[in-house]
Amino acid sequence: MAQKMTAGKRIGMEVSIAVSYAVQLSRAEAIAAYPITPQTHIVEHLSSLVANGELEAEFITVESEHSAMSASIGSAAAGARTYTATSSQGLALMHEILFIASAMRFPIVMTVANRALSGPLSIWNDHGDIMAERDIGWIQIFVENGQEAFDHSIMAFKIAEDHRVLLPMIVNLDGFILSHVVEAHELLDQETVDRFLPPLVPYHRLDPAKPVTMGAFAMPELYTEMKMAHQMALTNSYGPILEVWREWGALTGRHYQPVETYRTEGAKVLLLIMGSLGEVAETAVDELQALGEPVGLVKLRLWRPFPFEELRKAVAGADLVLVCDRALSLGGGANPVLAEVRSALYPLAVRPQVLGYTVGLGGRDVQPADFIKMLRHGQAEAKQGPSQEFFMYGVRG
Amino acid sequence: MDKFGSAESTKFDTYASRMMPREEYFTSGHRSCQGCGEALAVRWVCKAIGKDTIIAHATGCMEIVSSAIPQTAWLHPWIHVAFENTSAVASGIDAALNILERKGKLKGPRPKVVAMGGDGGTSDIGLQALSGALERGHNFTYVCWDNEAYMNTGIQRSSSTPFGAMTTTSPPGKKSIGQKTWKKDMVAIAVAHGIPYVATASPGYLFDLYFKIRKAVETPGPAYVHVLSVCPTGWRSATDLSVRLARLATETAVFPLYEVVEGRHRLTVEVPKLRPVKDYLKPQGRFRHLREPEIDFIQKQTLANYELLLQKCKSPFPEFAPIHLPQVG
Repeated sequence: MAQKMTAGKRIGMEVSIAVSYAVQLSRAEAIAAYPITPQTHIVEHLSSLVANGELEAEFITVESEHSAMSASIGSAAAGARTYTATSSQGLALMHEILFIASAMRFPIVMTVANRALSGPLSIWNDHGDIMAERDIGWIQIFVENGQEAFDHSIMAFKIAEDHRVLLPMIVNLDGFILSHVVEAHELLDQETVDRFLPPLVPYHRLDPAKPVTMGAFAMPELYTEMKMAHQMALTNSYGPILEVWREWGALTGRHYQPVETYRTEGAKVLLLIMGSLGEVAETAVDELQALGEPVGLVKLRLWRPFPFEELRKAVAGADLVLVCDRALSLGGGANPVLAEVRSALYPLAVRPQVLGYTVGLGGRDVQPADFIKMLRHGQAEAKQGPSQEFFMYGVRG
Repeated sequence: MDKFGSAESTKFDTYASRMMPREEYFTSGHRSCQGCGEALAVRWVCKAIGKDTIIAHATGCMEIVSSAIPQTAWLHPWIHVAFENTSAVASGIDAALNILERKGKLKGPRPKVVAMGGDGGTSDIGLQALSGALERGHNFTYVCWDNEAYMNTGIQRSSSTPFGAMTTTSPPGKKSIGQKTWKKDMVAIAVAHGIPYVATASPGYLFDLYFKIRKAVETPGPAYVHVLSVCPTGWRSATDLSVRLARLATETAVFPLYEVVEGRHRLTVEVPKLRPVKDYLKPQGRFRHLREPEIDFIQKQTLANYELLLQKCKSPFPEFAPIHLPQVG
């Protein structure tokens, strides 16, 4: 189906299906996945593409997510372009292996349909799953809508496989809120994607003609240096990421930035969000600007490596930034995004006040009116000095 | 390698050591303990699997002694990822080889895939990944190095530790005789997956081990080989007795050598007259605290199990109806 689609034509389909077409167009060769809501539609569709011969790939129906990530490492190590997808508990079960995938520098691409972690069990959206995996050493981005999910799923392979990068990459999309909605997507034809994304050239692979030992262990004399090398690889991936996004912009007219802004010119109060909250927050900003209030919106797309300079630029001139986390750092003083933003702004001589809000946990809906309430609350708190380290918005009772 | 005999050959006694491959793929200089039966088994398994093989190895003794950056004892392409997932890693390698072969991206013959892990990495923490890989029918061979405890972390009991053995987490005491449970039958678990080839092997019988591994890797689909790996450090035995102990394990029927081909059991090393188990237990410090009643129990249980195995070998019925899936597409 994807091959017949022509560029420029917008087609309505579920976002999960669009992601699976992106993976098909990227000519993924090995897919190892285990069922978990709300990621399932992606891998179900990929499975049927493989079953019908529309995608020349091996689909490994592993018995757990732990094995999904392990098999992904195996197939990447043997030299196949590798994709997987998961959510929530599945991502948590992969935890141990995620660090190893990035330390071994395998360009695996994974979609995470973000979902709350148990307990209590919740199949609905928040970012608790990925925030628990913040430090796994992968490139991590968030997308706002179906089109972005499609675009970034293809670009991710090109970024990950770049020999200057060689890191696995996660594309985060909000579970249900994005994964299960029907949106208009502009797909690309196979020829265009093939030109954009050449076949994988493994940096090294398991090959009897040229044997290598992968996954050897490090004594204390070497461990620190190896972690530094990993840190440098992730930090240095920034340039190649932007290159790939620019190339995509030239190809499709859809331009992406690590930090994106919406009506921030002259804005004194900024909302900062990630993922699908973007379009909702835009509506709130529009409403407030119509009332003459200097409110703008900052969207954080690139989560790892963290875009410090771009963030500082994006909030320059603002007096107050309200950071909305869809995750909770229990017992801590700042949720993950709040902590990162505060840490990025702290060295500045002049910096806005930063307040943190936890919103939209476990599928709790967030509407434009909620952002407006949050702003009013934040402005009052900022004035009198914040009464808490951060606020949990919308707690009932 | 063909000059060393087809894998179908069962006349092992016609082979002499000088006819075995001289190529070494598991090199000297690794850090295994003196008298390590496992390292000996690894060396011969690596000879048997030949050059064109990819190895996935679990965390454990053999991984730790052989792969400290920047050194390696492995001349095969080799990957270690974690403890419990070696079979899943091997699944990924097998799948990648399938697609790369279909796309014409493989240069040279398709490599064989071998996964290796210790008894903890196989029968405890790695059992799920192994079961999944066997069930999915990947074309790989799993080799379990069974030294009967978590030796690498300091001799803790596993489900593969034999009854009565002293380990650091099954210490004998006023209210304990050591390991309280009978050894988990991993071979039967592997057979229950309906896979075409399962065997036990031992570094005390190198030709038997060599040809079983050859058979395993040449059998299409999954194969499982369970290798008893004498561990002087954990078994508290003299370092020059390792091969002797490996042979005693078989001569006492504690560890019979057999294979299960398409569900049919066959004893590959027949023992005309079994020795008493105490001949095997006595040289090992881990059994030093056992008294007559426990030794009697071990003797009886061992013979009962052996009798069952002999019955299976004689049985006209296989353990399962061989599964030959139709080819589709």
